[in-house]
Amino acid sequence: MAKSKRSWLIHLFPLPALILYVMFVLYPLFSAFSYSLYDWKGIAKGAFVGLENFTTLFTKEPFNEMFWRAIQHNLIYFVIEMIVQNGLGFLLAYIIYRKIRGAELLKAAYFLPRLLSVIIVGFLWKLILNPNFGALNTFLGKLGLESWAKPWLGDPDTALYAIILVNCWFGIGFAVLVFLAGLQSIPAELIEAARLDGANRLRLLRSVVLPLCMPSITIMSVLTFIQAFEAFELVYAMQGSMGEPVYSTDTLAVYFYRLAFGGAGGTDTVAIGLGSALAVVLFLIVASVSAISLYLLRKREVQH
Amino acid sequence: MNTRIGARSLQYLLAYLFVLLSIYPIWLMIVNSFKTTAEIYMDPLGLPATFSFTNYRKLWETVPFADYLTNSILVSVASVILTLIFASLAAFYLARFSFRWNGFLYFFFLLGLMIPIKLGIVPLFLLMKELGLLNSLWSLILLYTGSGIPLSVFILTGFLRTLPIELEEAARIDGCNHFQVFWRILLPLVRPALGTVMIINFISAWNDFFFPLIFIQKDALKTIPIGMLSLFGEYEADWSLLFAGLTLSALPMIIVFLLASKQFMEGLTAGAVK
Repeated sequence: MAKSKRSWLIHLFPLPALILYVMFVLYPLFSAFSYSLYDWKGIAKGAFVGLENFTTLFTKEPFNEMFWRAIQHNLIYFVIEMIVQNGLGFLLAYIIYRKIRGAELLKAAYFLPRLLSVIIVGFLWKLILNPNFGALNTFLGKLGLESWAKPWLGDPDTALYAIILVNCWFGIGFAVLVFLAGLQSIPAELIEAARLDGANRLRLLRSVVLPLCMPSITIMSVLTFIQAFEAFELVYAMQGSMGEPVYSTDTLAVYFYRLAFGGAGGTDTVAIGLGSALAVVLFLIVASVSAISLYLLRKREVQH
Repeated sequence: MNTRIGARSLQYLLAYLFVLLSIYPIWLMIVNSFKTTAEIYMDPLGLPATFSFTNYRKLWETVPFADYLTNSILVSVASVILTLIFASLAAFYLARFSFRWNGFLYFFFLLGLMIPIKLGIVPLFLLMKELGLLNSLWSLILLYTGSGIPLSVFILTGFLRTLPIELEEAARIDGCNHFQVFWRILLPLVRPALGTVMIINFISAWNDFFFPLIFIQKDALKTIPIGMLSLFGEYEADWSLLFAGLTLSALPMIIVFLLASKQFMEGLTAGAVK
C-alpha cells in the first residue's frame, strides 16, 4: 500500500493529551520533589539543602509531633473505613447479589450521597451534628436518649470518628457497586457445584465467594487506602485547616495544606520546603502501597 | 425453614435500613431549606409550617448563585469536551497503531493513575501564576483536562483494542485518511466508553473543591462548591439560607442522576473495576 505523504500527521494525535498531562500532572509532582531539596523564603527558592527538610519534618518540634499525630489519624481513617464502609458495603452487596426486591432502588439510594461534592457533604453533616440545633441530637432526644447527645465535632474524643463515619456514609454506595461487580463476575457453575457438594451458606461464602472476589476486594482496599491517606476536603469543611479541636482531626493532607499555604505550628508563614517534603513522603506511602498490592493481585490472578 | 425466613427478613431489614440512612440526611437538607431559621432551631426534624421559597429568593439576592452555577457548568463542560477529544485521539494512536514507542507511551500515560495531583499543588499554583491563569476559569479547565487524561486514555484504549481491525482496513481502501477513520468509523463505535469517560470526568470536575480553593479568589469566578464555602463563612448563623444553598448546590447533580442513574453507576465503577 502506498503511504500517503501526510501520514506523519498521525503523530500529532497523542500530542495535545501528552502536553496537558505532562504540564499539569507530571511536571508539578516532579517539581514538588525538587522543591523539597531547597530552602524556601516564602515563595522564593533559596539554597540547595539536600535532605534537611526531611530531617526537620521528622525530628524537629513541632513538625515531627504534627506528622506522627496526623499519620495516626490517617491510619485510623483507613481501618474504620475498611471495617464500616467496606465491611458493611460487602454485606449489602452480598444481600443484593443473593436477590432482593428493589435491587435497583437500593443501589441508587446507597449511591446517591456519592454524587454530592464533599464540601456539601461536610457542611450538611456539620449542621446535622451541631450540638444545639442539630438533627442528630434532637433525634436522640426524641428516642429518649438525651444522655447520648454530644457535641460530636467539638469533642476531641469523637470528632475524628464522626468525620470518618460521614466519609463512610458518602462512600458506601460506591463500595457496594464495586463488590457487586466482583460478585456478579463469579461463574454461576462454580457456586452451583459447591452447593451440590453440600457446602452450606457460610462455607460457600468463605471458601468460594470470598476468594473469587479478591480482585474487587483488593481494588477497593487500595482505593480506600489512597483515599484515607489523601483525606482533606471533609476535614477542611467540617473542622477547618487546623483539624480542630486541637488537631484531633488533623491528617497528613491537611497538615500539608497548612505547610504549603500557611498556618502550621501557630505561624502564618508558608513553609514550601517542608510542605514539599511532606508531599514526597505522602506520595511514597500511597504509591508504594498501591503498587505492591496491585502487583500481588496480578500474581494471584495468574495463579488461578 | 424458620431460620431461613428469619435470615431473609433480617437481610431486607438491613438493606432498607441503609436506604433510609443514605437518603434521610438529604431529605432533611431539602425539607429544612423551606423552613425559617427559628423553625429549624426549634425542630430540625419536622416539616415546614408553610411551604415557601423565601429562603431561595433570599439566597439569590445575597450570593451570586447564578454566577457560581454558570462557572461550574462552563468549567465542567469545557474540561469534559477537551478530555474526550484529546484522550480519544491519543487512545486511537495507542490502540490502532504499533509504533516502536507505543508500549512506552501507554505506560507513561498510565503512570498518571498513581499520581495524587493534589500533592503538586504548590508548583501548580506557581505555574498558574506564571501563566497568568490565577483567577481565571482556564486554570481549572486545563487542570481538569490534564488530570482526566490518564484514566480516560486507559479506558478508551482498552475499548478501542477490542474492535476488529477489518473495519478500518475497509475504510482505508475506500480512501479514508487517519482522521476520517478515527472520526467516522471508530468514534461512533466507542460511544459507551466515551459515556463512561464523560461521566467520570464530569462528576470530578463539577464536585471539585480543592483547586478552585487555591486558584480562584474573585467572587464572580467561583464554582458552586467554593461559593458554598464563602456562604458558610459569611452567614454561619442563618441556617435557612445555608440549607437553601446546600439544596440548590446538590440539586443539579441529583436531577441528572435520577435521569440516568444506571449510566452513572456503571460509568463510575467502570473506572475502578477495569
